[in-house]
Amino acid sequence: MIPMLIGISLISFFIMHLAPGDITNNESAFNPKASEESRQKLREMYNLDKPVIVQYGLWLKRMATLDFGKSFASHQKPVFWQTTDKDGNVSKGMIQQALPITLMINLLGLTITLVLAIPLGIIAARKYQGWQDRSITLFNFIGFSIPGFWLSLLLMYWLGVVNNWFPISGLHSLNYDSLDTWDKIKDSFSHLFLPVVIPSITGLAGITLFVKNGMLEVLQQDYITTARAKGLNEHKVVYRHALRNALLPLITIIGLSIPGLIGGSVIAETIFAIPGMGKLFYDAVLMRDFPVVMGILTIGSALTLIGNLLADVAYAWADPRVRRGVAR
Amino acid sequence: MSLLPRTKLFIFLLLLAGCNAPSKPTTAVNYDLNFASTSGGTLINAMTGEPSGLISMIASESASSAISSNIFNTLLKYDKNLELEGDLVESWQISADQKTVRFKLKPNLKWADNHSLTSADVLFTWQAVIDEKTASPYASDFQLVKKAEAPDALSFVVTYDQAYAPALDSWAGLQILPKHMLENQDLHTTAFARKPIGSNFYQLDKWAHGEHLKLSKNPNSALGQAKIDHLITRIIPDNSAQFLELMADNIDLMGLDPIKFSRIIPARPELQKKLALYKELGNSYTYMGFNLKHKPFDDVRVRHAINYAIDKQEIIDGVYLGLGINIASPYKPGTRWSNPDLTPYPYNPDKARALLKEAGFTDSNGDGILERDGKAFSFEIITNQNKEREKSAVLIQRRLKEVGIDVRIRAIEWASFISRFIKTGDFDVVILGWGLGLDPDQYNIWHSSQQAPGQFNFIGYNNPKVDQLLEQGRLELDADKRQEIYHAFAKTLLEDSPIIYLSAGYGLTAIHKRVKGIDNPAPPAGIGHNAEEWYIPQPLRRNEISHH
Repeated sequence: MIPMLIGISLISFFIMHLAPGDITNNESAFNPKASEESRQKLREMYNLDKPVIVQYGLWLKRMATLDFGKSFASHQKPVFWQTTDKDGNVSKGMIQQALPITLMINLLGLTITLVLAIPLGIIAARKYQGWQDRSITLFNFIGFSIPGFWLSLLLMYWLGVVNNWFPISGLHSLNYDSLDTWDKIKDSFSHLFLPVVIPSITGLAGITLFVKNGMLEVLQQDYITTARAKGLNEHKVVYRHALRNALLPLITIIGLSIPGLIGGSVIAETIFAIPGMGKLFYDAVLMRDFPVVMGILTIGSALTLIGNLLADVAYAWADPRVRRGVAR
Repeated sequence: MSLLPRTKLFIFLLLLAGCNAPSKPTTAVNYDLNFASTSGGTLINAMTGEPSGLISMIASESASSAISSNIFNTLLKYDKNLELEGDLVESWQISADQKTVRFKLKPNLKWADNHSLTSADVLFTWQAVIDEKTASPYASDFQLVKKAEAPDALSFVVTYDQAYAPALDSWAGLQILPKHMLENQDLHTTAFARKPIGSNFYQLDKWAHGEHLKLSKNPNSALGQAKIDHLITRIIPDNSAQFLELMADNIDLMGLDPIKFSRIIPARPELQKKLALYKELGNSYTYMGFNLKHKPFDDVRVRHAINYAIDKQEIIDGVYLGLGINIASPYKPGTRWSNPDLTPYPYNPDKARALLKEAGFTDSNGDGILERDGKAFSFEIITNQNKEREKSAVLIQRRLKEVGIDVRIRAIEWASFISRFIKTGDFDVVILGWGLGLDPDQYNIWHSSQQAPGQFNFIGYNNPKVDQLLEQGRLELDADKRQEIYHAFAKTLLEDSPIIYLSAGYGLTAIHKRVKGIDNPAPPAGIGHNAEEWYIPQPLRRNEISHH
């Protein structure tokens, strides 16, 4: 896994540096008052005047001690985790601040998707080609085809402006600090509602289809016929014998979605004013804030590899056939 | 394992269906009534990006100075008519040889933490901005100071090698920082940038990362007390979301684009009832610039022809919905630096065709595109990803086609645009904008010495007469004489036509009518010049805010 990580970091480092421009080319640098000498000074300060391979060496050296470095663009905030200066001032890490927010939204979203998709998939499989199946498929694909930002803006207007039921953007109300615990929970819930529900609706189609096809396949297996022949009631046949097997491939999907959990959606985070990972990464790329870009890519690729590993392990745990295959 | 799928689905459908309830009744408050000026209340606005820090000499983005200008003072500032007046200083004197400026601070100034603010702080700030270790983009003006002294607590004296006319303007831009907080600190990493101590009307109360910054009144303010108690700036990156927040009455102020200003808000009575619209001429303009080192743009007849072939009014009407004006000099119209005798090139395609013919262009193969020496007149306009500039380019493309010039358009992401095209000079024509300071000095943009990669005369303009005027303008501190110099400069510039002025757009703002005391129409300095006098009468305040 370590060589793979180094390979990934090398490729991403070079691709990032292939993009024209650096931190000194941001919009505010195009101010006639700002001199080229000061930009050169900045380049030297951040070692951007050195050859890319030297810069990569410096980065790798820091990474060896798990030091993700400091952002170029955000007053040299630490990229990953907080640091304390000599006066005891704590400077929070950028990923440290953004990751919990994105993780929470994505976990909630994934939970909602699964909670809805599994039953919908089962219904669609059991009533295959019936009106239930057709309407679920129709509903899913409408959700799948609607652009998320458009649905977001419509719902923001409808639920936030016209009806004032949900906050339009942000994570907390301005008076959040003065609320009691229960109101704080309510406040957070109402702010999270739209950003969590909208991606779940648009993400529903894939998982539902997956469950439906899995179920359809399993329901045609001989052991299901056997179970029915034994005289088991339909409920037991479907939920005890068929569903368990149909859900197996879902483990792979969930494993693969682990890296997705830490990568936020730029569009959703921009529209809902959520300071999450997607916006952090996007802004860092636009600003050519290399330490932040590299930090996120490294953590993302490490998690992808871990996610794959976990999926394999979970699969072996859930499916005796795989386990035996490994033992042999 | 009973999942009760039906129930789940039912709840979900219920959730969807439940959204048809009638909307809540709106309380009828008449925001048009007048109230006496009172203190208190909270003003909420929004910005698209979060400041990186609040030391504006380091954090060069506009989000930073928008906040820090409420917290820190400068020595001088511009009044509503754009004349200089004292901010921290009571008076200033320029020596007879025009090389020395003596500033006298107002007495008894204090920082928000009760330390006294003296000339030692000013000296410290100057030392910090020119320090080798500080990579401040704005250092160059201050590096020209040969000697700076603080002979007593209230006096600050700077001496230049030679008279430098933009000096006063530079001191109106440098925010004075507290020495007692920042001595021996690295300005690039100090925690002070996130919890500043200043001297202006407000101090930072709370910075909720990625969400909002809250400023509250500074009891020690150098210039008396502001009316509004709290300024909250929410960070909302998306403009549409900002506008929804404005419609829902969750923010009080936002900058608008022309469509929202002249179409959406006027069409909605419920918005008109609570929002007041302001327009003010900004200090920036959009232009189309030629790479003067490339043929055929080195030929002034070609530049004139293109200037005549473009209908600028069409761009103002079509792209800016009429919310812009046609300009003929690189200065804000109505200010003393703008030469009133100059008029923009009119739209005259026949004259354009004649000029192109004179320059040797003819359509010899009958394909509708002009040629010279067997080469078709065809070029690429590049611009950054800015919708208004892209739309302008499309209108220009069409007009130039009518006179036989083939134009392609390319929009490029900013960092690539600057480093790959502007810096290397690898372009034919650009559409860009200049946002300018209030001093008329534009040496960095037009002087022939400023053409190195990364400098601002990237179009390669070189006119000895203009060079001389720009040098003269920097040495002349007398405003009337300077005015003559810059009027002559603008005249030559217009004749040479190295760039085509497309338009100067209005800055458009919507402010909730609960905020009173705003000058309308906006004075030359814009509506923000007296923000400390804005007030929100008690009956019009938001209740959700008043209880904390």
